[in-house]
Amino acid sequence: MKKLVSISALLGTLALLAGCPAKKPDVPPPPPAPTSDTTGVEDPSTTVGDDTTAGPPGELLNQRIVYFDFDRSDIRADSQTIVNAHAAYLAKNPAQKVRLEGHADERGSREYNIGLGERRGQAVRRALALQGVAETQLSTVSYGEERPAAAGSDEQAYGLNRRVEIVYLK
Amino acid sequence: MRKLATCLLFMVAATPAFAQLRLTITEGVTDPIAIAIVPFARAVPADGGLDVAEVIQRDLESTGRFKGMARNDMVFKPTTAAEVDSPGWKQQRVDYVVVGRVTSQPGGQVRIDAELVNVLTGQRVAGPYSMGAAANLRNSAHRVADALFEKIIGVKGAFATRIAYVSVDGKPPSQRYELYVADSDGENRVRILASPLPIMSPAWSPDGEWLAYVSFERRVSAIYVQHRRTGKKSMVSARAGINGAPSYSPDGKKLLITLGGSNGNLDVYLLELASGQLTRLTDDPGIDTEAVMAVDGTVYFTSDRSGSPQIYRLTPGSSERPKRVTFTGSYNARPRVSPDGKQLAVLTQADGAYRIGIQDLASGNLQVLSKGRQEESPSFAPNGAMLIFAGRERGQGVLQTVSVDGQISARLAADAGEVREPVWGPFLP
Repeated sequence: MKKLVSISALLGTLALLAGCPAKKPDVPPPPPAPTSDTTGVEDPSTTVGDDTTAGPPGELLNQRIVYFDFDRSDIRADSQTIVNAHAAYLAKNPAQKVRLEGHADERGSREYNIGLGERRGQAVRRALALQGVAETQLSTVSYGEERPAAAGSDEQAYGLNRRVEIVYLK
Repeated sequence: MRKLATCLLFMVAATPAFAQLRLTITEGVTDPIAIAIVPFARAVPADGGLDVAEVIQRDLESTGRFKGMARNDMVFKPTTAAEVDSPGWKQQRVDYVVVGRVTSQPGGQVRIDAELVNVLTGQRVAGPYSMGAAANLRNSAHRVADALFEKIIGVKGAFATRIAYVSVDGKPPSQRYELYVADSDGENRVRILASPLPIMSPAWSPDGEWLAYVSFERRVSAIYVQHRRTGKKSMVSARAGINGAPSYSPDGKKLLITLGGSNGNLDVYLLELASGQLTRLTDDPGIDTEAVMAVDGTVYFTSDRSGSPQIYRLTPGSSERPKRVTFTGSYNARPRVSPDGKQLAVLTQADGAYRIGIQDLASGNLQVLSKGRQEESPSFAPNGAMLIFAGRERGQGVLQTVSVDGQISARLAADAGEVREPVWGPFLP
């Protein structure tokens, strides 16, 4: 696909070099835009750089993923020790910030799954806050089913994809 | 002039290489209308070598309601209705014959004149015709197919329309996301946006000039609107937490959006684009999202306030509580209203699978239209006759269409990568 795109760009350039007129619109110019720039910042057009850091070492602290059951957002007993370890570290290091990235498996509607991923991120946020982590250290983002950790449409992949990733920030 | 013609030929010849989506009918009507679309008289070189009759035949066949006659079986190849010998075609079991001519016009315009002959009655219907710039001859051909479809079926065709969709390349966790706009037959694909982070929920403005979508290019979600032709892009919502599920109001002046805020409670809002004024429409601890506005102003949205996702409706400005609309099954999400406002397309759970359903709003009856395991994102064609949606085949996302009566299905498969979240654009002026 990338190849096609680059061929496309090349052909466009060749067309320009050959003196082809720019492709004319097939309809008259558009009516005034239904929006204006006053409503938002103009897009920076580049993706923001990597803002993550390796984070603290340690057997428990190296585990940064909290898994969830189907359609659930409560932290399972087997994940509690991992959450507790991060809570203790973050409470002792109040300058350290983390981003809680919530995810869902691929079943169901995409925007609804954004909501499910957010619920999971919020569950981890509350658990950390309850153990003394400041709200200013915590932020959440939900990617829903858009950034799977594992490919495939089976229970194993679903289980790996229903997760919250604790991401340490610079 | 000669240079111009060479350029056009070059560009048209280059087009098939980008034809990423290929349409296959998977289920058609049992007794399709037999139609012979005879090769049109050409305008050399203004037509750029485009086979107008072939474009029209593919359009009509794509609906599953027509079977085009093979050219090898055509004994005569008339180009005017007067030359059509009805009894001869009738012997070959053809119901309709389409003939036509492409002619070069002043100012770089090309005109298509088509004539439709009903072989059984011998009736000759002059027109339809369509005129446009030589570079847009394919679009003119789609417009002729729209008119032919309407003359025979009684419903305007939706061939001269566009679709937008998201394409995903690569394996998790490193994937690449792209937003494309293409003609409804998959041709003339144009990339609108590319990002290493997710792009989702594209939505057309009612005039077909703008696309709203969600992009995570800043690592967090934000809603953008982008002009299809100029690429001009504005961020319209990047508030704390989730910014999602944009869809235009029928007048194109507002966006329905979902906001989560820092506490992660998703509710539906109305954003006026010119002023940036925000009006909250729902206030519930559950997930409220995927709102869409019908022509009469009624808003339909997904909410799990009852425990599982179901569709609710509300009237902006009214103090009435949202009313539940779907009662069939334990999962109904992602509502889309038909152009006439009488039907709702939804993602519904049936037999343990996620399928496309259509609910009659007056009776409340829900009919499951699709047969796959994991389907989503239904979107109505502007004529209300078909739905496009995302399905899966051998683990890959493909686009599919189904007629609203469930009888006719087709697949638009990509050459490479996964395609998803198709949205059918409006009729073009």
